[in-house]
Amino acid sequence: MPNKTFFWFFLPTGLAMILFIGLPIISTGIQSFYAQHDQIVKEVKKCDPFGCTVSIVVDQEATSILRDEKPLGKFNGFGTYIDRNHLAIEQISDFWKETDSFGEFINQVTNLPFYKALLFTLTYCLFVTPNVLLLGFIIALSLNAISRKIRGPLIFGTILPMIVTPLVGSLVLFWMIDAEGIIGANLQLMMEDPYLSLKSSRTLTWITIIIYGIWHHSPFAFVVFYAALQTVPQEPVEAAIIDGASRYQRIRHIVLPHIYPVVTFVALISLMDNFRVFEPIIGFSAEGSAQSLSWLIYDNLVNEEVILFGSAAATSMMTIVGIAILLAPVLIRTWKEFRTAR
Amino acid sequence: MEYGLDKRSNALKTFNTTFIIIWLLIACFPFIWTFWGSFKVRADFFSRADWWYAISAFNTLLETGGQFTSKAYSEAWTEGEFWKASRNTIIVTVFVVSISLFLGTLGAYALSRSTERYAFWILIAALIFRAMPHITLVSGYLFPFFELQIWGILPTTIVVLVAINQPFTLWLLYSFFKTVPKELDESALIDGCSYFQAFRYIIMPVMWPGVITAGLFSLMLAYNDFTVTALLLNQENHTMVPKIQSYLGTNQHEGNLMWAVSAVVSATAPLFMLVMFFQRQVISGLTTGAVKG
Repeated sequence: MPNKTFFWFFLPTGLAMILFIGLPIISTGIQSFYAQHDQIVKEVKKCDPFGCTVSIVVDQEATSILRDEKPLGKFNGFGTYIDRNHLAIEQISDFWKETDSFGEFINQVTNLPFYKALLFTLTYCLFVTPNVLLLGFIIALSLNAISRKIRGPLIFGTILPMIVTPLVGSLVLFWMIDAEGIIGANLQLMMEDPYLSLKSSRTLTWITIIIYGIWHHSPFAFVVFYAALQTVPQEPVEAAIIDGASRYQRIRHIVLPHIYPVVTFVALISLMDNFRVFEPIIGFSAEGSAQSLSWLIYDNLVNEEVILFGSAAATSMMTIVGIAILLAPVLIRTWKEFRTAR
Repeated sequence: MEYGLDKRSNALKTFNTTFIIIWLLIACFPFIWTFWGSFKVRADFFSRADWWYAISAFNTLLETGGQFTSKAYSEAWTEGEFWKASRNTIIVTVFVVSISLFLGTLGAYALSRSTERYAFWILIAALIFRAMPHITLVSGYLFPFFELQIWGILPTTIVVLVAINQPFTLWLLYSFFKTVPKELDESALIDGCSYFQAFRYIIMPVMWPGVITAGLFSLMLAYNDFTVTALLLNQENHTMVPKIQSYLGTNQHEGNLMWAVSAVVSATAPLFMLVMFFQRQVISGLTTGAVKG
């Protein structure tokens, strides 16, 4: 296709992506170097028969004029990145000096908001992704062995958790697991602990959200693996059966190598999706004990008093760096393949 | 795998069936339960006293005189203004699907027929864009949108959702277009068609399955979106998902929680119907990207 024709065909979608994905990333980058204005204060002298007092009040008028003039805020350089709510360089070096043991140091650091969120996000990715792959694969193998006639409805049932939006999915589970719901109430009875509830412990909340994650993402892995299983050639499998290979050996040495590229694809996609975990935290109302990077950004953006654009942007930029690190191996591999293909 | 040589022991078969049944229960029961509970009053579905009330409908009988009540639905749809939210959702979904398909088919066709190296890089860029968390993009939008005073209205959200959706649509349609033989449009070009005519009259008619799949995914994205719609729309223009969240509130207020339950059911039911109808397309869409490359 000639370049000129390509240009006109691609222009609309290219423009949409540049304007609403490319530019916002740049805009986020710029915003991250600014912080909201401090309030301007002025001294007010109040005199009464007993003498004069000087009090400091906020100059509302001057503050709003300043905000209108420079809506982006004041230039802050990398200030936002290293403040207490983000990388917290200062606090960390203090902890390093003050704490005695390494464990305590880690404990202190993971109490800082950014590191707390990072820890949760990484834990979530680390537990959800492998389990999603495993469960998805097992369901695919298992459904593949069921008679073709009833597979259709079974597949429909299996993919339900995936097609609802995460907020709805987590709410539906939350209403069952909560202390007043069917599962929560029965757990209380079984454990004989009337105070047992999701919100009572941090570990429980984390486990619940991770279970939700596996529940929500497994169907995706299932669908892809199921389709890949249909393409596994029969001859090697039959040969293996004749040679006396066990079921496990057949899966390990024939099926898995065949669908390996698909496994990496699913792993990559679910890693990317898990890294931006956010809606389940709202659905489970778990803000108290589980915060993710995306949730931090959301929290800054819905701030009641003044929207913390700078803070949200700084967290966003660091999230993007995180995504880049996750994607790097794949991009490097694709580039190498592309170069050798030329 | 149903291979002729493959003999399964009965134990394995039983184990397999049990596993599938357990999994289906885990996957579907929460939805069935929510559907059931949405016809009860709050004191039954969220019972402090005894969870069995949700089944025996103890309080529902006391309060309404029947086993089932549709009070939550009627209140949420009228008083809770869920009708407005669903109207907004319909507007957003229809526009997002049609615009993204229009842009996506043009772009993906060009990508699939180009032999230049930049086509490859564009696809890689699209992959990177696909990986961007939506909330980071939203934090980039808010400030400029406030300044331009286009925040809070439906058209802005539609354009944003279309753009966010493009990378995935491009990849999906690209792999579909790749399966359409090049000779088809080449022969049209030799006969004197322009590229656009070849695209419009030769390629599009054989592309319907791919277009339907891509349309379904755009629809699911627009219909299900929370991040963008919650932050870029004002109260008045909220779509269904942010509306559900607003029913939850900070303190779980008496009536509102049941509104949320019925709203969840109302929002999920059409989606399930749609997927039941188009199951084949959804699955082929999820797998084309993966299996073919």
